[in-house]
Amino acid sequence: MASNPLRDPQDRRLPRIAGPCGLVLFGVTGDLSRKKVMPAIYDLANRGLLPPGFSLTGFARRDWADEDFAQVVHDAVKEHARTPFREEVWDQLAEGFRFVPGEFDDDVAFEQLRHTIEELDVSRGTGGNHAFYLAIPPAFFGDVVGQLKEHGLADAAGDSWRRVVVEKPFGHDLRSARELNGILDGVFPDGSIFRIDHYLGKETVQNILALRFANTMFEPIWNANYVDHVQITMAEDVGIGGRAGYYDGIGAARDVIQNHLLQLMSLVAMEEPTTFDAQALRIEKQKVLSSVRLPSDLGATTARGQYAAGWAGGEKVPGFLQEEGISATSTTETFAAVTLHVDTRRWAGVPFYLRTGKRLGRRVTEVAVVFKRAPHQLFNPTATEELTQNALVIRVQPDEGMTVRFGSKVPGTAMEIRDVNMDFAYGGSFTEASPEAYERLILDVLLGDPPLFPRHEEVELSWQILDPILDFWAKQDKRGAGPEQYPSGGWGPGSAEAMLARDGRTWRRP
Amino acid sequence: MTTTLTATNSAAIAAEFVRARTRAGSPAMGMVMTVVVVVEEQDAAATLEAARAASHEHPARVLGVVLGSSRGAGQVDAEVTVGAGWGGEMALLRLVGEVVKHPDSVVLPLLLPDSPVVAWWASRAPRDLAGDPLGRLAQRRITDSAAAAAQARTLQVQCAAYSPGNTDLSWTRLTPWRALLAAALDQHPLKVTGASVAADRGNPSADLLAAWLGQRLRVDVRRITSDGPGLTEVTLETKKGPIRISRPDGRLATFSSPGNPDRPVALRRRDVPELLAEELRRLDEDDVYAATARFLARGLAAKKTPTRKGKK
Repeated sequence: MASNPLRDPQDRRLPRIAGPCGLVLFGVTGDLSRKKVMPAIYDLANRGLLPPGFSLTGFARRDWADEDFAQVVHDAVKEHARTPFREEVWDQLAEGFRFVPGEFDDDVAFEQLRHTIEELDVSRGTGGNHAFYLAIPPAFFGDVVGQLKEHGLADAAGDSWRRVVVEKPFGHDLRSARELNGILDGVFPDGSIFRIDHYLGKETVQNILALRFANTMFEPIWNANYVDHVQITMAEDVGIGGRAGYYDGIGAARDVIQNHLLQLMSLVAMEEPTTFDAQALRIEKQKVLSSVRLPSDLGATTARGQYAAGWAGGEKVPGFLQEEGISATSTTETFAAVTLHVDTRRWAGVPFYLRTGKRLGRRVTEVAVVFKRAPHQLFNPTATEELTQNALVIRVQPDEGMTVRFGSKVPGTAMEIRDVNMDFAYGGSFTEASPEAYERLILDVLLGDPPLFPRHEEVELSWQILDPILDFWAKQDKRGAGPEQYPSGGWGPGSAEAMLARDGRTWRRP
Repeated sequence: MTTTLTATNSAAIAAEFVRARTRAGSPAMGMVMTVVVVVEEQDAAATLEAARAASHEHPARVLGVVLGSSRGAGQVDAEVTVGAGWGGEMALLRLVGEVVKHPDSVVLPLLLPDSPVVAWWASRAPRDLAGDPLGRLAQRRITDSAAAAAQARTLQVQCAAYSPGNTDLSWTRLTPWRALLAAALDQHPLKVTGASVAADRGNPSADLLAAWLGQRLRVDVRRITSDGPGLTEVTLETKKGPIRISRPDGRLATFSSPGNPDRPVALRRRDVPELLAEELRRLDEDDVYAATARFLARGLAAKKTPTRKGKK
């Protein structure tokens, strides 16, 4: 029988439930697993989106039984899940927890993993469909993926599937990204590799496309005729915390700009895709990334810094170089700002300024499209003294929404025009319970739906953009011109302000 | 904060909304729809609380309408509530006297501009929703057959008088069941040769589920009376064996399918705010409900099974 008689395209109440499957989680003790992946699995089950019989297998170097693992998941869910804890939902999941103890190079453990999966296919009806979630440092990807291949875990029989899920960083430069991809690609076919950039799972990020392409009022002005420049900011108020081992040598540009900010930029700058499917979106994103051009003088158009000891948000905080595990001579940047040009007719002459940093004023991610001034001003200069440029700001997090800034007359007899903001808050107009990015992304992995996952072409293009900047900074370091210290709790180093001032512009205070 | 207005009119109520919002500190409105709730005085508090809970997901102006006796001179009293950790606003309108015949004249000036209007009859509903003065203002008309006194009879009347935009919370209750059944046939693309639905006596959701299955699968669906609570079991017969969802406790179900082990599935009975929130998510006509309602109305008219009339 070709089609399911109970399915009807008009029946939009019916959610898509993933088919029978299981997830194998490597690195169960990490923050990512406990704070994001496990709660997201519970939340999905609570929303009725996981198949009956869904099973979660943990793999780690711990001497645990299945029940111990179940307890770990239980605690993680109780603490971090978005939706209320319900016994019946837990009952649905509870029989599907398995744990396999072992090292990543332990053949016996992987053999046991294979038996576990085969046992699940029988006892839980997972039908041979399994996803391997590598919540582990990339250095171990090779070992794990090699073991999966060697023990026949990567081979799907018949109609079933095997998928692998990896998290950033996708390498630390173009060469290592290619190596990493080579490792995955040798074992899993391209369509079965899911790279998670959790930003792309956020409602607001998906809303950028709805905003641009479902409306008429934005697209006509979304080009170099009206747009002066675009600022994309991802600021964190925290320092590196306990992540010194990961962060030292990586830095802000590799950690954030390469993936999140360049993905955001490609969504803002892309042409309208022919359809809303994965292939069409990817083509448009790749077009943007491959038309990015760097300015010739990288010294004047980039900026970087390290946070200095000081006060942030009323608390005394150490500087980056004083953090535990960081060498006093480290040149790793905790703030990075870059200028990019997109060489297309739409964006000719419109700079895209991307910045990210730790220990900044507050936690915020936003895209600000700043428009040109009116070409002719009817009102005299004193009337418009307080009028700046119109802007459309998409707030990605927190407090997801959108702000439009424009001029309005100040009440009174004098003609005086001043900036006002009009605000749309997602939480105000829609659900306060919008799903976590990880819920959406894990469900998409289980459904095999790839639009929100960057492919290796995009990853490589991003590194091509970033590599010359990283090389330039490395040369500066050799000359002794390392990252500038900036005060904690502010908005970054003076060199970042100077970088925009050269173009006659200023950063928004987000 | 709640303000009481006695012997008032729509203009004064509208002005009070604006004043109350300004007092609460934010004159801006992020509301996306108006929800008109027709309630009985004794249920008003509980029903408006449900509407308020649902409007956390869809910030709305909630207008509760209590229709009193239509004798005597008309009077409108109102309680206006704004704010306190909530994006919406609410007014409970009490109508007595002649104005009871013209509730639309009170409600119309209070509808938010250029946004959808939903009418919800929390207990008793008129026979013809689309022709009702308040129903005419709304593009979405929600009833709940399960809350009515004569459930099966109400369901039949509502289905026979279906017009675009009508919907029934008894139908909303079925979404998780329908999703599981559809997913089951995704996995087992088998021809269904028969089906049965078991539920407590007179359960309108079970009748709708049976009609949906009958209409989509073109098989006869047996309706079995159980002790509940609510829906207890659905079975689809195939030549490889039955696909069955069985939920004896209204909480945790067992899912059985050919060639697979039985597995537990969380299938909790949902409360009214959750149902209402689902209902408010889509405001266009529900074509599948329309087809099901028509099928049910036709089927009942033809068969007249004695069990349907059974009442304690």
